[in-house]
Amino acid sequence: MKATIHNALALTLMLALASVARAGTLEDVQARGVLNCVVSTGVAGFAYPDDAGEWHGFDVDFCRATAAAVLGDPKAIKAVTSTGKTRFTLLNAGEGDVLWRNTTITFSRDVGVKLRFHGVNYYDGQGFMVPKALGVSSAKELDGASVCIQTGTTTELNLADYFHSNGMKYEAVTIETNDEARQNYLAGRCDVYTTDASGLAATRSTFTNPDDHVVLPEIISKEPLGPATRHGDDQWSDIVTWVLNATVTAEEKGVTSANVDEMRSSSKDPEVLRLLGAEGNQGAELGLEADWAYNIIKSVGNYGEIFERNIGVNTPIGLARGLNALWTDGGLQYSPPFR
Amino acid sequence: MAAVPIEDRGLLARLWGNQETRSVIVQIATMAIVFALLALVLRNVAINLEAIGKEFSFDFLTAPAAYDITFSPFIDYTSRDTHFTAAAVGILNTLLVAVCGIAAASVLGVTMGILRLSRNWLVNRIVYVFLEFTRNVPVLLHILLVHGIVVTTLPPPRRAIDLGGTAFVSNRGFFAPSPVFEEGSGIVAAVFVIAVVAALAFRRWAKRVQVETGKIYSVFWICTAIIGGATAVAFLALGAPLSWDLPALKGFNFQGGLALRPEFLALWLALSYYTACFIAEIVRAGILAVSHGQTEAAYALGLRPNRNLQLVVLPQALRIIVPPLVSQYLNLTKNSSLAIAIGYMDIVATIGGISLMQTGKEMETMLIVLGVYLVFSLLISAFMNWFNRSIRYKER
Repeated sequence: MKATIHNALALTLMLALASVARAGTLEDVQARGVLNCVVSTGVAGFAYPDDAGEWHGFDVDFCRATAAAVLGDPKAIKAVTSTGKTRFTLLNAGEGDVLWRNTTITFSRDVGVKLRFHGVNYYDGQGFMVPKALGVSSAKELDGASVCIQTGTTTELNLADYFHSNGMKYEAVTIETNDEARQNYLAGRCDVYTTDASGLAATRSTFTNPDDHVVLPEIISKEPLGPATRHGDDQWSDIVTWVLNATVTAEEKGVTSANVDEMRSSSKDPEVLRLLGAEGNQGAELGLEADWAYNIIKSVGNYGEIFERNIGVNTPIGLARGLNALWTDGGLQYSPPFR
Repeated sequence: MAAVPIEDRGLLARLWGNQETRSVIVQIATMAIVFALLALVLRNVAINLEAIGKEFSFDFLTAPAAYDITFSPFIDYTSRDTHFTAAAVGILNTLLVAVCGIAAASVLGVTMGILRLSRNWLVNRIVYVFLEFTRNVPVLLHILLVHGIVVTTLPPPRRAIDLGGTAFVSNRGFFAPSPVFEEGSGIVAAVFVIAVVAALAFRRWAKRVQVETGKIYSVFWICTAIIGGATAVAFLALGAPLSWDLPALKGFNFQGGLALRPEFLALWLALSYYTACFIAEIVRAGILAVSHGQTEAAYALGLRPNRNLQLVVLPQALRIIVPPLVSQYLNLTKNSSLAIAIGYMDIVATIGGISLMQTGKEMETMLIVLGVYLVFSLLISAFMNWFNRSIRYKER
């Protein structure tokens, strides 16, 4: 990218010139009337623009849920696209209000890069994809292979650790975006493409012949993907945390976009009533309208709806819920109570 | 209304009225504004870093980098090495592509510049079209184009083009035998160095003879014979102390030998031919700027065309060529930062890319990258200024 060094410089300049970061992100967003979400440059199923420039996907829907809670309008979002390399700088420089971009929560990002993480909207792990024709059945057989990898990601570090600890060598073919990785992989520049398993499934779904490629069984890392915000604004952090929790609680309580009106007026469950703003004043405590969570469920749906609509088994991506099932179904998705 | 006499105006007005003091005032004001802006920026940086709780420090350089860099021809780098070592690898990779690029661009540029002046219509036009096409397309596209051609049109390693069983061409790069120096090769190298010194001495002597007596030796051929002959004799006398490490297909890739990876190849070729096109025009302009009368005078003295070019035209043209050439060399070096587009691990991709990302130290890493490019550029400028002075017209 010609833009790359310029981007990096621009970002540095942004840190230099941006007006002093303030605490009141919520007021800023409401005054602006638009929520700026840091998203990826395009991953099928997770964040991608359609022909009309409208953004869709799993991560984008959570961005819309945040906008619905804060502004009452799921359409009032602006997608701030970022590569793996630029995402945190964009967030920290104030170009984005919140980051919903398949981003792994790690110690160094939380502590070193100074981010706040707000739970996990997708439990993932790093995998490998190879062409079937290579006849490889395990990642342990990849000694000497050329591996395509996106720069600036945790996968880059996991890969180095995995090959190092297994005493194997590889040629790292470093790529900036998922699209470039896809092109290089299909052109045969590399034997293997590695990224989060969800990303592999998403990328494979865009191939002309997805069945010619196979995802190896090894998952070599834990990749809990979640939203992030800047340090220093606790109210805003709380909002993002509870937007995610609201979608999970709604699924657990059986509240969907179809029955949310009915639930609000006739549910017997006090937690559902509190969630939907029919009882108590949780919205006001967050600094939002009473119907903030109602707006989320009404316009975007609960966690299960968001999942199935974008990346579930009936979509081209075809991901099973797996670890992302509710805890009541043997998965890890578990929201603290609305109390 | 009559003008107020100058002595009656206020002190400031009188100072402003004076051209010399006015220019001093303007300069002071400009400096004040520049420093105020700089101070504002630095203050903002400090406050913003403080606000998100970041500390300005270069301590991260001693922590393990934890990522791999496959292309590291000079340093034996592993993911256990520090960010500092990773930066060094990146700097050397930038330097490598800059040096190779400048060498190739110079040769190609001078050749095309001379061909562009050819009286052969076809040669002239072909070079012209190539120049215009290349110069008017952004260099990034050239890099992507060459990389795309290498990666998509060449066969994968298992079906690599076999050049006599010793060298292979595939979309993972060009693989050639690499020399392995055995016992005795040090002596051959020593003989080579001695031969070069001897050839230089001969060249000096031949020049003196020419000045004194007018007798001309064919210096180039004799020097080649001295260097080539002496080295070859030493090499054979010591029983050819050299063997070759042949690349061979093992598993997924070729192992051993010398590898030119597609990323390096694409960046090097694209930067070279792109910059060469600008150099060609500079060379052409330099040659055309030498008055034709000089050539006619040389011919009148009985110099042959080659000697004319070598002794009369080029020395004068060089003085015009060198200053703009410097900026082309600087451009090439700076354009090498586009390496990241195709994944060549230069300084921007290592410390300014992955390290930046993994440590979150935007300010620190970008300052390092800026510093490195600044030093490179200043070094190239200093060298070329020295060269320019040495070829300058010496007034007697």
